[in-house]
Amino acid sequence: MVHRKKNRNVGIVGIGQTQFSSHREDVNQPEMIQEAVRLALKDAAISMAEVDCVVHGNMELFEMIHQPDLWHVLGTGAYGKNSFRITTGGTTGATLAAAADNLVASGMYDVALVIGFEKLQEGHTTGGITNMADPLWGRNLQTGALTGSTAATMIKEFGEERAKRAAMMMRIILDKHAGLNPNSHRAFGLDFDQIEDLIENSPKLVGELRLIHMCSQSDGACALILAAEEKAKKISKNPVWIRDHITVHREETIHFREDESGEMTHHFAARHLFERNGIANPLEYFDVFEMYDPSAWWAVDWLREFFLLEGDEHLQLVENKEVMIGGKIPINPSGGVIAANPIGATGLVRVAEAALQIRGDAGGHQIPKPVRHALASGFGGTIWTVLFMLEKELDW
Amino acid sequence: MGRRIAVCALAQIKNEPDIWYERFQGMLWECVEAILQQTGVTFDLKKGIRNVITCSDDVFDARTISDSAITDVVGAHYRGEEKIAQDGSNALGYALACIFSGQDDVILLTGHCKESQSESRRMCTNLAYDPFYCRPLGLDFVNANAFQAREYMVKSGIAEEHLARIVVRSRRNAAKNPYARQNHMITEAEVMKSPMLADPIRELHYYPVTDWAVGMLLCSEERVSEFTDKPVWITGFGNCMDTYFLGDKDLTGNIALERAAERAYRMAGIKDPQRELDLVELNDAVAYQLPLWAEGIGLAAKGKGGKWIDEGGMEKHHVNLSGGMLNGNPIMLGGLARATEAILQLRGEAGERQVAGIHKALAHGTTGAAGQHHAVVILEK
Repeated sequence: MVHRKKNRNVGIVGIGQTQFSSHREDVNQPEMIQEAVRLALKDAAISMAEVDCVVHGNMELFEMIHQPDLWHVLGTGAYGKNSFRITTGGTTGATLAAAADNLVASGMYDVALVIGFEKLQEGHTTGGITNMADPLWGRNLQTGALTGSTAATMIKEFGEERAKRAAMMMRIILDKHAGLNPNSHRAFGLDFDQIEDLIENSPKLVGELRLIHMCSQSDGACALILAAEEKAKKISKNPVWIRDHITVHREETIHFREDESGEMTHHFAARHLFERNGIANPLEYFDVFEMYDPSAWWAVDWLREFFLLEGDEHLQLVENKEVMIGGKIPINPSGGVIAANPIGATGLVRVAEAALQIRGDAGGHQIPKPVRHALASGFGGTIWTVLFMLEKELDW
Repeated sequence: MGRRIAVCALAQIKNEPDIWYERFQGMLWECVEAILQQTGVTFDLKKGIRNVITCSDDVFDARTISDSAITDVVGAHYRGEEKIAQDGSNALGYALACIFSGQDDVILLTGHCKESQSESRRMCTNLAYDPFYCRPLGLDFVNANAFQAREYMVKSGIAEEHLARIVVRSRRNAAKNPYARQNHMITEAEVMKSPMLADPIRELHYYPVTDWAVGMLLCSEERVSEFTDKPVWITGFGNCMDTYFLGDKDLTGNIALERAAERAYRMAGIKDPQRELDLVELNDAVAYQLPLWAEGIGLAAKGKGGKWIDEGGMEKHHVNLSGGMLNGNPIMLGGLARATEAILQLRGEAGERQVAGIHKALAHGTTGAAGQHHAVVILEK
């Protein structure tokens, strides 16, 4: 997918995340959003007066608030400002970052505040997701977010023992990462000697997708502040530059097109994004990857798609613990989506965490090697992809 | 931002009270197919549509991720798609950003809403209120607008007769618009006797529930000649958010609209809107809003909406010749419908209601109750 030269560079200059939890009963929605906004403003050391555009999104049927940006103005600070509400389901958070990058790069706005949030305890998550399927053709078959697990295909390709072990190993690595992130909703303290036990005894959801593999339902908000190059350099000592992003959707049911290759959207997005940016070997190029991984099975399977790997290379990365903090390509040092999933914020949190790694500000879950190039992904809809490239230096 | 961005093609279906015979996917496909035929645009990965901006609403479609129901219809299979979940006029602003940024050079923009299939008035818009304080009171956009209507009528000298005139005029204008919802012709006396919806708003003061879909093709200046010889340029855009609690805001202060208009005028280089705008389409969901929004964009003097109507302001400035939102467009698409009319007029395709020698038009959209969020778009020939 061809794009043109970016009109002007855009940097991330402020990052704020709330504590993620199953129940943020201490705050209502605007209050929770205000926590993230306040933290982002503090991080950027600017006030709302310097923000000229607010971008807001979530999935409104989870909380059943229609056009929630209207109520949330109490916490977003959008009063008197340009404001957009943009949503794309699970990808919303990543779409918000992409949209804000477009809005600032366009020259229309110099500083944008981006807000993604969800308060899943206030609704029924699985009901909300099932309601996405067509009422006539698909809804009876939709099982919330469980539809589409790749456990069965991975078992078919790599054999039961190896596939199950790799997925559970990934799960334990992600749990170890989550334990280092104070914002995590869940960190169980799992260890590798529990692999066999969990493979056998964790309750089954669908086939070999078990409860322990699956992401959480969380409350939380994330806010980012994006600024145009000149402004970004004034605001921040170390802005994180948004090099490029790509969005790839897919129709909801069956593929009818003659040219249908069966290529997965993640693979398609990665292939086009890397090609147009001249990245020949993504696994070598990127230092860290924050992936929207709704389950440990998908986390393993999608490594192959995103890094354009072949055969069992992705399994080897997991088996050799190369995806762990300290490994060759750490995946989700934050713990990822299995550790915290406030859906409308989740994609934005991936971008935020990748940016924190580049700045070296990720605290306990900072990876040891210097991070110059980071990748972040969003996932949602009917296997939709948003893929982000972040850079430490303006040198591409 | 030296470059310009144009609307190259437009396709819409007729506004109808209840399109029971077609799903919203079918309504939209009519528009998309017409655009493909008009322009020959493709979904080619190098030169075609790589990103689609859609406008719809989860609550009105009763679908989580309403845009996932139309990915195939709008051609976003293995392409980008992003949904503006507020009045569709904002999608025009976002389309500018996508093209100016360099991310895209061709954008397909679509909007659909089948307001007839949901309980628009009481249920859907009641859900826009917080579940703690306002929702249990039964607040919805109708009764929240009523507070604004009463205050505005007192402040700007608007009488029942003014409102009746606005409604009757809307229907007369709409009769000349083949895409407008077909409504009965009524007299001013009938409007003034129509049942009270929420005092002082009467049933005939409120736009009727409507189904509609629209599509547009936008592109960067250098690509225009591939698609059309009648481009309409989008030269200005601004939007703005007001406060939420009714008690927190000056209900008729128009601050959000004034700022949105000021931003759009600045971008388009408009110094004197009264003189420079040849056509104005306002998102008048309720009759009283037409003069109120006219004040907000600087067409009428502040607090003088009644006088402005008496002096023939609506005719002088060619306001809502399409019939306006008041004649019937679905909520969420009111502003995009306004832009649709402005585009037809600037292309010289407005038939019986065509204004001669028109160069510059304003389209306005609003989201929420009592004008909490406004967007202003400037379009030029």
